[in-house]
Amino acid sequence: MKRFFARVLNARQLDNFLPIVAALAAFVIGAGMLLLMGTNPLTAYRAMFSGAFGNQNALAETIVKAVPLLLIGLGICISFRAKVMNIGAEGQMIVGGLISVAFGLAVDWPGWLALPLGLLIGFLGGAAWGAIPGILKAYFNVNEILSTVMMNAIAVQLMNYLLGGPLMDPQQAQALGKLPETARLNEAYHLARLLPPTRLHAGVLIALALSFVVYVLLFHTTLGYRIRAVGFNPFASRYGGIRVPQQVVIALLLSGAFAGLAGAIQIYGLNYRMITDGSPTGFTGGAGFNGIVTALFGGLHPLGAIPASFFFGALLVGANAMQRVTQVPSSFVTVLNGMVVIFVVSAAIWKELRERQRRMAFATETSRLAELASVSETPPQG
Amino acid sequence: MSRFMKWLMPVALLALLLGACTGGQQKPAESSKPFRVAVVMPSSISDLAFSQSMYDALVGIQQEMGGPEKFEFVYSENMFKVDDAAAAIRDYASQGYDLVIAHGSQYGTSLREIAPNFPNTAFAHGTTNRTFVDEGVKNVYAYEAASNEGGYVNGVMAAKLTKSKIVGIVGPIDVGDAKLYIEGFEKGVRETDPSIQILKVFTGSFGDVALAREAADAHIAAGADVLIGTGQMVVGAIAAVDEQGGKVLWIGTQANQTKLAPKVIVANQVYDWKVVLRDIIAKIKKGQLGGEALLITLKNGGLRMEFNENFSRLGEAKPAAEAAIQGIINGTINAVP
Amino acid sequence: MDTSQLLSATVLVGILTAGIRLASPYLFAAIGEMFGQRSGVLNLGVEGQMLMGAFTAFYVTLRTGNPWLGLLAAMAVGALMGLAMAVVSVTWRAVQGISGIGFYIVGMGLSELLFKTLLGEVKVINTGFNAVNIPLLSQIPVLGEIFFRQNVMTYLAFTLVPVAWFVLYKTPLGLKIRAVGENPHAADTLGVNVAHIRYLTVTMGGVFSAMAGAALSVANLNVFQENMTAGMGFIAVALVYFGGWRPFGVLFGALLFSMVMALQIFMQVYRVPVPSEFLIMMPYVLTMIVLVLTVGRVRAPAALTKPFVRE
Repeated sequence: MKRFFARVLNARQLDNFLPIVAALAAFVIGAGMLLLMGTNPLTAYRAMFSGAFGNQNALAETIVKAVPLLLIGLGICISFRAKVMNIGAEGQMIVGGLISVAFGLAVDWPGWLALPLGLLIGFLGGAAWGAIPGILKAYFNVNEILSTVMMNAIAVQLMNYLLGGPLMDPQQAQALGKLPETARLNEAYHLARLLPPTRLHAGVLIALALSFVVYVLLFHTTLGYRIRAVGFNPFASRYGGIRVPQQVVIALLLSGAFAGLAGAIQIYGLNYRMITDGSPTGFTGGAGFNGIVTALFGGLHPLGAIPASFFFGALLVGANAMQRVTQVPSSFVTVLNGMVVIFVVSAAIWKELRERQRRMAFATETSRLAELASVSETPPQG
Repeated sequence: MSRFMKWLMPVALLALLLGACTGGQQKPAESSKPFRVAVVMPSSISDLAFSQSMYDALVGIQQEMGGPEKFEFVYSENMFKVDDAAAAIRDYASQGYDLVIAHGSQYGTSLREIAPNFPNTAFAHGTTNRTFVDEGVKNVYAYEAASNEGGYVNGVMAAKLTKSKIVGIVGPIDVGDAKLYIEGFEKGVRETDPSIQILKVFTGSFGDVALAREAADAHIAAGADVLIGTGQMVVGAIAAVDEQGGKVLWIGTQANQTKLAPKVIVANQVYDWKVVLRDIIAKIKKGQLGGEALLITLKNGGLRMEFNENFSRLGEAKPAAEAAIQGIINGTINAVP
Repeated sequence: MDTSQLLSATVLVGILTAGIRLASPYLFAAIGEMFGQRSGVLNLGVEGQMLMGAFTAFYVTLRTGNPWLGLLAAMAVGALMGLAMAVVSVTWRAVQGISGIGFYIVGMGLSELLFKTLLGEVKVINTGFNAVNIPLLSQIPVLGEIFFRQNVMTYLAFTLVPVAWFVLYKTPLGLKIRAVGENPHAADTLGVNVAHIRYLTVTMGGVFSAMAGAALSVANLNVFQENMTAGMGFIAVALVYFGGWRPFGVLFGALLFSMVMALQIFMQVYRVPVPSEFLIMMPYVLTMIVLVLTVGRVRAPAALTKPFVRE
C-alpha cells in the first residue's frame, strides 16, 4: 500500500500539476493578505473564478485577453530559443499598431483586401522595429536588453506624437478635449466577431493557427533548426557553418513581427482605432511583458504558449473581477499576479528534484529486483 | 506532443473545471432599492487628480442622498488598460446598476459598443462631449470639464504675481484635458500681460515624478517664478517649487493641492463632478437614460477656485482672479483657447 | 527665451547640475545590478526593488522625521527583496529573466498597496536629505555649483563608483565574484562557494536598488507616489550593459543618459522648434548611438543567467 502511494506520488504525470500547486501557494499567501485587509478570501477568489470563466462573456473576455499574450509569446519563443532576450515587445507592438492603423485609415479598398494587408503591414512594422536591435546586436555588439528597453521608450513617444497630432481623429482635433486616438477604421476592415455580443474576435483563430505555424517552423524546418542551434551553442553552430549573426537578426525580426501583429489585431479586431492614455502601457496594456511570462510558462514551446496564455488571460481578467466584487485595491491584484509568476517559475526546481528522486527510486527498485532474482535462485533459508 | 505542453494542459483543464463549477452571475438583491452606481477609473482613487476628483464627488453625493442605504457605489480603479475597463463596464452593466460611469476619455470606443447591448442601463462617459446619440445610442451621458476656464483664471493670477515676467508650465503629454487647461492658462496670461514669457515642458508621461521635478527646476533656472502643471506627476514639480522657500509660486488644478506646500501654493482649480452627477441622477430617475452632454464650468459651480487664504501675497492676485471668474461667468471673457 | 540662449553659461550649469542629480538613482541601481550580473545573476526586478525602497524610506522618514532611519529601513527591505530573488534564482534555479519580472510586479504592487493602506494620500516631507554645501568646495565658481551643492544621496552615489571598482578589481571578494560569473565550475573547484557569492551580490543589489528608490523619495523629490520610478529600474539594467559591466563604464552611461535627459528639458524650456516627443526620445536614441560608435569587444560574464549545478 505504502509503495503504491509512493509510486502514485512519484508518477511523472503529477509533475504537470506542479505549476498549479505553485499558483495555489501564491493564492494562499494572497488569502492571508486579504484577511489582513478584512476581506473574505473565499468571496474574493470565487469572484475571480466566475469573472474569468463564470459565463460566456467572461470566458470570451479571457480569450480576448489571451490573444495578444499568445501572439507575443510566440515571438518570444523564437527569440529566446536563439538565446536573444527580446524585452522590446511593448515597442514592437506599438509600432505594428501605428503602421497598420495608418494604413487602414489611408486606403479605401474592399475589406477582403485591406484587412489582411493591414494585419500584414502590422506584422512587417513590428518586424522592422525588432530588426533594429537584431542588427545592432549581430553586427555592432549592442546588447539586446539595452536596445529593446530604449526602443520601447522611443516607440511610446512616437505613439504619443502621432496620436496627438498627425494621426489624431479629426473629430477629436475639433473637440474641446483632444484625446490621443485615431479615427475609427472602416466597418469593412473589422475582423469578424465570433460570438456576439461578446468581444471574441477572429484574431484568436489567427493566433491559434500561427502557434502551429511557429511549431512547424521551429521544429521541422532548417531555419528553426538553425535558430535553436544558435541558442544552444553559438560557437558550435559557427563551426557547423551557420551564420550566427544572421540567425540573431532573424530571431529578433520574427519576434518583433509577432508583437507587431498583436498590435494590429488589437486594432482591427477589438477597438477599431488606436487609443492611448499617455502612459507607456496605454496601448499595449503591458502585453509585452506579460507575453514574456506567457512564453516562459509555456516552456518556450509554441504549443505550450496556448494554455499558458489562456491561464494568464484568465488570471488578469479574473483579478479585475475580484476588484469589482470585493473592492480590494487594484494593487493587491498586481501583487497576486507577481507572486503567481515567482511561485510558478520556482516550481521548476521541484520537478527537477522529483526527477532525481525517481531516478534514485528506480535505482533502488532495480537493485532490489536484482536481489530478488538472485534470491529466488537459491530458496529462502529458514 | 511535448513535455511543455503536458505540464500546462492540466492548468487549463483545472481552470475550466473550477470555472464550470462556479456558475453564473448572481442577481442583485431586490429588497430595499438604493440608487446604484458603478464607476470605472483609469488611475488610483488617491491620485490627487482626475480619478480622485470623481471618487470624492461620489462620496459627497452619497452623503447628500443619505448614506449607503440610499446611494450605493462601487468602483474599479487603475483601469488604465482600455480592455480591462471595457470588461469592467460590461460586467457592471450586466449586474443591473442604475448608472455605470466610464470615467476616462479613452473608454469611448468600448462604451459605444457596450451601451447598445444594455438599453435599460444608463451610462455616463467623461471627459468627452460625445454621447453617440447621432449614431443611435440613447443611453449615454457625456460630461467634461471646461478646464480652460480655471486655466484662464490661473493665468491671470500668474500674470499678476510674477515679478520676473516669466512663468512656467509642466505638462504630461500635449493632449486632452491637460492641453485644454494649459492653453486656457496661456490665454489668461497673454490677455493680462502680453509681455510675459511662457515656458513649457512636457514630461512625456503622467508618471515620471523625477522628470517633473527637473522640469520645474529648469523653469526656475530660466527665471520663472510662477509655475503651474497638470497630471499626477506634478507632485515632483511642487516639491521643487517648495524647496525654493517662497521665491517661486505654484497654482494647482484638478484637486486642492495646498496641503502639499502651504507656503507656495496660491490657489487651485477644483473639479466638482457632483454638479454633473446630481443632474444625471435626477434625469435617470425621470426615465431619461442618456443622450445629453454636460459640462462643469465656473458658472454652474462644477469648477471652483479654492484660494489658499494663508498665502501671504494672495491680495495681489485674488481681486483680479475674482474679476476673471465673474467675466467668464457672465460671458464678457472668452476663455476658449 | 529663445533657442540661442541655450548655450549660455547659466543654462549649461543648470543642465549639468540636473544631470548629476538625475544620475544618482541610476548609479545606485546599476552598480548594484552590475555586481549581480558579474556573479552571473540577471535581476530584472530592479524597478520593483526601487519602488519598495522609495516607499519604505519615505514612510519611515515621514513617521520619524529622520531620513537616515528611512534610508536604513529601505536598505533592510531591499536586502529582503534581494534575498528572496537569490533564493528563487540561485537555490531554486528559476529562469532569471522571468523571476525578475515577477519581483518587479510584486514590488510595484506591494509599494502601491502599502501606500494606499498606510498613507492613503500623497504627502510631502520636509525632513528629507536636503542639499548640503560642501565647505570651500562649494565656493568654487561653476564647479562648486554643479558638484558640491547636491544632497547626501548624490554624494553617496558618486562615491559608490570608485568603491565598487576597488571591491571588484582589488579585493579577494571581487576576484571571487568575477570568477563565479565567468567560470563557476572552476571557481567551485578552487573552493569558492558559488551560491554564497551569488547570494551576497544579489542581496547587495537589492540594497542598492532600494537606495536608488530612497534617493528619489527622500532626497531628490521628498514625495512618494505610486509607480513613481516610471521605468528607471529598467534603464538601470540597460546601463549595466552600456557600461560593459565596469563601474566607470556604468558611471559614464548614467551621466550620459541623465545629462541628455536634462538637456532635452532645457531644450523644451528654450523653445527648440521640435515636438516635445522627439526631444524626450533623445536620451534613449543617443545612448544607443554612442554605444554603437564606441563599443569595443566587451563580452558579458560567461555564466550570466546560467544557474550553477555542481556536477
